[in-house]
Amino acid sequence: MSELQIRDLRVSIATDQGTKDILKGVDLTVRSGETHAIMGPNGSGKSTLAYTIAGHPRYTVEGGSITLDGEDVLAMSVDARARAGIFLAMQYPVEIPGVTVTNFLRTAKTAIDGAAPSIRGWRKTVAESMAALRMDASFAERNVNEGFSGGEKKRHEIVQLELLKPKFAVLDETDSGLDVDALKIVSEGVNRVKADTGLGILLITHYTRILRYIRPDFVHVFVDGHVAEEGGPELADRLEDEGYDRYVSGTASVG
Amino acid sequence: MPSAPQTASAPAQHGLAEHSHGGWATRPVQSRAERFASSHREDFPRVTGLEPEWRLTPVRELGALLDGALDGGRYDVEAESGLASVTWIPRDDARIGSAGLAEDRAAANAWESVEGALLLSVPEGAETELVVRRAAFGPEPRAAHTVVEARAGSRSTIVLESTGAAQLAENVEILVREGAQLTLVSVQEWDEDARHLASHFARLERDAVLRHIVVSLGGRIVRVNPSAELAGEGSDVEMLGVYFSLDGQHLEHRTYVHHAAAHTRSRVTYKGALQGAGARSVWVGDVLIGPDASGTDSYEQNRNLVLTEGARADSVPNLEIETGDIVGAGHASATGRFDDEQLFYLQSRGIREPDARRLVVLGFLGEIVQRIGRPELERHLHARIARALGDPEAQAPAAGEAS
Ligand SMILES: Nc1ncnc2c1ncn2[C@@H]1O[C@H](COP(=O)(O)OP(=O)(O)O)[C@@H](O)[C@H]1O
Ligand SMILES: [Mg+2]
Repeated sequence: MSELQIRDLRVSIATDQGTKDILKGVDLTVRSGETHAIMGPNGSGKSTLAYTIAGHPRYTVEGGSITLDGEDVLAMSVDARARAGIFLAMQYPVEIPGVTVTNFLRTAKTAIDGAAPSIRGWRKTVAESMAALRMDASFAERNVNEGFSGGEKKRHEIVQLELLKPKFAVLDETDSGLDVDALKIVSEGVNRVKADTGLGILLITHYTRILRYIRPDFVHVFVDGHVAEEGGPELADRLEDEGYDRYVSGTASVG
Repeated sequence: MPSAPQTASAPAQHGLAEHSHGGWATRPVQSRAERFASSHREDFPRVTGLEPEWRLTPVRELGALLDGALDGGRYDVEAESGLASVTWIPRDDARIGSAGLAEDRAAANAWESVEGALLLSVPEGAETELVVRRAAFGPEPRAAHTVVEARAGSRSTIVLESTGAAQLAENVEILVREGAQLTLVSVQEWDEDARHLASHFARLERDAVLRHIVVSLGGRIVRVNPSAELAGEGSDVEMLGVYFSLDGQHLEHRTYVHHAAAHTRSRVTYKGALQGAGARSVWVGDVLIGPDASGTDSYEQNRNLVLTEGARADSVPNLEIETGDIVGAGHASATGRFDDEQLFYLQSRGIREPDARRLVVLGFLGEIVQRIGRPELERHLHARIARALGDPEAQAPAAGEAS
């Protein structure tokens, strides 16, 4: 049983107009086996939260803490966080020319496990995971995310999730840009990983659509850099009907 | 991509900012075909460093090769040859000067200093491989002349490996006879303080195919200027280059493709990485599509990856088109800094920063290395680049163990 704890997290970014506060005191606790949906309008700071957990250098932590089983995550380098068991499926996965998917996955697996996986078993595992996410085997020899469609990039993120077996996964709008078929394939992948490893999930989304396929245990409504309301899955149903208007009326920062 | 007849030059970005070819600075240039050539040093004025062909080169450190006396005698070579012959030929051999003539003062100095030339000859119709290792030039200023002859219908790979100390000015003539297919790989892995100025002149006859690959890793100043004259109809040249410039290194390549005959094809792809504030690289790529070269298909590109603030990559494509009837002619030039988003992505998968950097650079340069087609040499070069990038696990094979 592991626990990812976020306390009073305040984060800013440097912009051309000066420092801009984005997260304004976020509290959140995710335990193994739990799925938390973070829902909020565009610009509310969801990706900022995701990137801050992963340690992206663009974001400055002004205060608060993130701990993983009591260890100070904020003190860790980006790669150390990943090795500690944190995984971020990105909203916009990055293209890496000249580095094949095969090479990338093996290097990442070796880094996470501290030892290279056995060659034959690993090849089979990769092939199975790619097949399950309906990625053609030819993707293995292509360069990481280069020329992938939006949906292919997202499926590749979930292949990585399945292979790297983190303790906690932050899925940043993994559903955006997917058609219904792809959404089902990706959701099945996430559910399979959860059944296999019992990881904790922070599912960031703008729409309730994905929650039909991945049932959350908790729903947090994220508005203007903080959690405005929390509840069970029924809260998602209400958001489906009412939208975010109730939370954002009167605030200027609607995205 | 420009495809209309025109003369244009796009001086490319230097240093860090992203660049992909835009901002055409159109200026009339002297046609590349009209460049002066001679085998006598004193036919060329002394080099000031202001000349277009020298202005990006640290000429002050090249006095011995530009102006001094050069030892043009024989030197030791080690060759692993199959069907190809390796012999010395006298200065008056008819093949010398048949592919080209010196176009700059250093090349002319070398030309008139040599006692003879090293001939690498592949017999008609033969299929073979040849590795020539040159490791014994020593630190004194020297001149060399090499003639590579791939006779009609032959298919061969020739690797020219250069290591050790050197202060060398040289000319390499490459004769690709009718229907011959030649891959020529020139690997520069000189000692740290070496200086090397090389001009390669390739001449392709009808239906000849040349893959010309330059790998420049070691040496204080390395300047390799490969040119190819597509003289025979249907001939095809691919010029590939890869370089990794470290602090204090100047690695320069000036490619020139002359489409003289109809239905000829050329591809030029040079990729380089630079690490260290004092690292420099220059690529100038000239393509001339002559009046008789109808049906030409040509593309050239240069990509640089700048890993350290202060490192400088110059990249200048020039395209001259003298016929309207072409299939295609294009170019691209881009100099980019190391992408922090790529680094973040790899690190977010647990890969440590130095390993992540290596992965990106090896991937970038590997696209050329893996096209050499000689696995042992590819592995050697890969390991060498990895070592330069600080990989403690990339072992250091002794010089000359490359293939
Ligand atoms: N690099 C940046 N420069 C300027 N503003 C930014 C930058 N990144 C994020 N922001 C701003 O921070 C706020 C939160 O962005 P983000 O975390 O991406 O929100 P979400 O993921 O919920 O759409 C937005 O107002 C956005 O415009
Ligand atoms: Mg977002």
